[in-house]
Amino acid sequence: MLDRVSRRRVSRRVVAAALAGVVGLGALAACGGGSGDDEGSGPVKLRFLSLAWQKESLQANKDLVAKWNAEHPDIQVEYVQGDWNSVHDQLLTAFEGGDAPDIVHYEAASIGEFSKQGYLADLSGLLSDGFKGQIDKGIWDTATFDGKVTGVPFLLESQVVIANKKLLDAAGVAVPPADGGWTWDEFQANAQKLTGPGKYGVAWALKSPTNRVLNLALNFDGKYFYTDGGKTEVRIGDAEKEVPRRIHDMLYTSKTASPEALGMSGADTLPGFFAGKYAMIPGSVSLRQQMVEQAPAGFEWVTIPPVKGVSTNQAANPQTLSVAADSAHQKQAAQFLEYFLNPTNMAALAKGDWLVPTGKQANEELVKTTGGKQGWDVAADSAKDLTVAPFQMVDGYPEWKLKYATPALQQYFANKITLDQLGTQLVDGGKQVLR
Amino acid sequence: MARNTTSTGPTTGPGTGPGKPGTATAGAGRAKPRRRRRVGRGLQYLALSGYLVFLAFPLVWLLSTSFKPPRELVQLHPTLIPESPTLSNFVQAFTEQELGRAAWNSIQVSLASALLTVLIATPASYALARFKTRLGTVALGWVLLSQLFPFVLLIIPIFLVLRQAGLANTHAGLVLIYVVWALPFALWMLQGFVRNIPRELEEAASVDGANRLQTLRRVIFPLLTPGLVATALFAFISAWNEFFFALVLIKTPELATLPVALARFVGIEGTARLGPLAAGSLLATIPSLVFFAVMQRRLASGSLAGAVKG
Repeated sequence: MLDRVSRRRVSRRVVAAALAGVVGLGALAACGGGSGDDEGSGPVKLRFLSLAWQKESLQANKDLVAKWNAEHPDIQVEYVQGDWNSVHDQLLTAFEGGDAPDIVHYEAASIGEFSKQGYLADLSGLLSDGFKGQIDKGIWDTATFDGKVTGVPFLLESQVVIANKKLLDAAGVAVPPADGGWTWDEFQANAQKLTGPGKYGVAWALKSPTNRVLNLALNFDGKYFYTDGGKTEVRIGDAEKEVPRRIHDMLYTSKTASPEALGMSGADTLPGFFAGKYAMIPGSVSLRQQMVEQAPAGFEWVTIPPVKGVSTNQAANPQTLSVAADSAHQKQAAQFLEYFLNPTNMAALAKGDWLVPTGKQANEELVKTTGGKQGWDVAADSAKDLTVAPFQMVDGYPEWKLKYATPALQQYFANKITLDQLGTQLVDGGKQVLR
Repeated sequence: MARNTTSTGPTTGPGTGPGKPGTATAGAGRAKPRRRRRVGRGLQYLALSGYLVFLAFPLVWLLSTSFKPPRELVQLHPTLIPESPTLSNFVQAFTEQELGRAAWNSIQVSLASALLTVLIATPASYALARFKTRLGTVALGWVLLSQLFPFVLLIIPIFLVLRQAGLANTHAGLVLIYVVWALPFALWMLQGFVRNIPRELEEAASVDGANRLQTLRRVIFPLLTPGLVATALFAFISAWNEFFFALVLIKTPELATLPVALARFVGIEGTARLGPLAAGSLLATIPSLVFFAVMQRRLASGSLAGAVKG
C-alpha cells in the first residue's frame, strides 16, 4: 500500500491536473481568435492560399503581397501558406464547409473537379482583355472548363534535359542551341556515346511514370484519350507506343539508361548525376534550382532544350490562381490577380520557382533580367511547346493513372510485360474508368 | 547460496579463487554454465545495442541532416558527420515558418488535450469497469465502433459543427476534437487498468470506514497512476503529431501547430527542403521527449507501487 504522504501527493497532483486542464481550455478558447470573417466596415479582406514553398519563391510571394497591401489600404490580402500534398483535401473541406480562401493557388489538372462542382468563379468577365492577351489561348484552355475560365495559368513546367558539360565535352557531344534541341534519335545516339563502364548516358527517374510519359507522348502526337460523339476511350497506337518503347530500348537494348534510376524521383538522381554516374537527367526545368544550390563546386551543367519527335510539343499543366465562387469580393480578388501576375511580378514569381511564366512579356523580362543564363534561355523558349493535352480534360484520368497506368508502365519499364501487354492494360483500364 | 562459495563469486574466475581442496573440479564444472551465461548475457547486450542503434538511427540521421549544407545532402556517399556543419537550416526553419510560435501552439493544444482526456476518461473508465450494466456494454461497443469511421468521412461534418459553434479556427476547437478522438482508446486502456485493481482493496477501505470518494482518492487513484500517465502520454502524442484536423480547422497562420508548419517544407511529388525540414523536425521532437522523460518516471514508479501483496 502507498504511504500517506505519497497518497496525498498523488491526489494533489490529480486535482492540480484537473484544474489546469479546465483553466487551459478556457484560456485556449479565449485566445482562439474567432472565425475572422469580419464583414463590417473597413478594408476588404482577402485570404490567399499559396502553395509556394521554395525559399526564393516564398519570399517573392510574400514581398508582392506586402507591396500590394501597402499600396491598397482598402483591399488587404492575408497570405496563407499551404502545402501541395494536402491542398486537395484542405480545399475540398473548405469549399464544402463554405469557408474557402478567396484566392486559391493550385494547378490546371486539379481545378477541373472543383470547377465542375461550381466552387470556382468564372474569371472571364472579371479580368481585363489586356491581361488576358498576355497569355496564349492554348494555355488558357488548360484552365477552361465547360466554357468557364476558373483559373489564371501563371507558371509552366516543361521537360528538358540537364547534362554534365564535362562529360559531354569528353564524349564529343555538342550542346545544342536554346531554340533547337536534339531529336529523339540524336538524344539516344548521344546517350550511347556517353555510356561507358559504370556510367550511363541517361537516368530516367520513373518512380511516377504516367505524367512524364503522357507529357512527352505529345512529341509523337500520342494522345492516349480520344473522344468521339461524347464518348472518351483510351487508344494505344504507334504514336502512343513511341515514347515508352524508346525509353525501354534505352534501358534494355542499348543499355544507355540506368536501371537503378527507375524507382527514383527526379531529385533522387542528383547524387549520381553530380558524381558523374549519369551524364544526363531528363526532368523539369525546375531541376536547375538544385543544380545551382546543390552542385559541387566546379561542377558544370547545361540545360538541353526539349527533345523533338514529330514536334517538341509537351502537355502543359500550369500552376493556377483561382477565385472561390463563395468569395464575397470576387472583383477585388480579380483586381489583386491582375496586379500579382503583371509581367514584372509574374517574372519574379517564375524566377523564384525556376519555372516558365505563361505571360509572353513576363518571359521576355525574365530572359532579359537573367541574361538567359542558368538555362533561362532554354526554359523561356520551351514555353511555346506547351499546350493542353487530351488527358488533362478527362475526368477519370486521376483514377486511370493511379489504378492502371502507373502500375502497367512500372511493369513495362521493369521489363516484366511487353509493349503490347502494356497497351492492353491501358486500354482495359480506360474501359473500367471511363464507363 | 552463491555467497557461501567464494570460488564461484562474481569477481573470481573458475578455479582461481580460494576454494576448498577438492572443489576445483566441481568449480570448473560450474564455471561452464557461468561462462555460457556470460556469453549469453553478452549476446543479449549486443542484440539490445543493435536494437537501440536501429531505433536511434533515424534520429541520429535527422540530427546529421539538420547540420548539413545543401551540397552535402546530395552526396553519392553521404557521411554521418557533416563535413561543413552549418546552423543555416535552423535559422531558415525559424525565420520562414516561425517554428517557435508553432511549437508553443502545439504545446498548449497537446497539454490541454492530454489533461482533458485524462479528466474525462478516468471517471468514465472507472464506471465502465466497476458497474456492470447493459448500458455499459453498449457504451463500450459504441466506443469501439466509433473508431471504425475514417476521419476523412467525418471532417466536413465536424468542420460545419465547429463553425456553427464558433470554434473553427480556434485552439479550443482543435482541443475538443483531439479529446474526442483520443477518448475511445483512452477509455479502453484505462478501464483495463481499473479492472486490474482488486475490488478487495475498495472493500477493505470501506470496512475501514472510507466513503466512496475517499476510496477513490486514497486507494484507486494512486494505483491508477501508471494508467493515467499512459493515457496522458497517448493523448499528448496523438495531439502533438496530428496534422489533418489542424490543417483544416486552423486558417490563421499564427495559430498553426508544428506538423502544419513543418509540412510547408515539403513540395510537389515528394520533393522537400531537407535541411530546414530536418532542423524543424529535430526541434519538434524535443518537447515530446521532455514530456516523456518527465512522465515515464511516474509510469515506472506507479507500476511498482504494488497493491495486495504482503
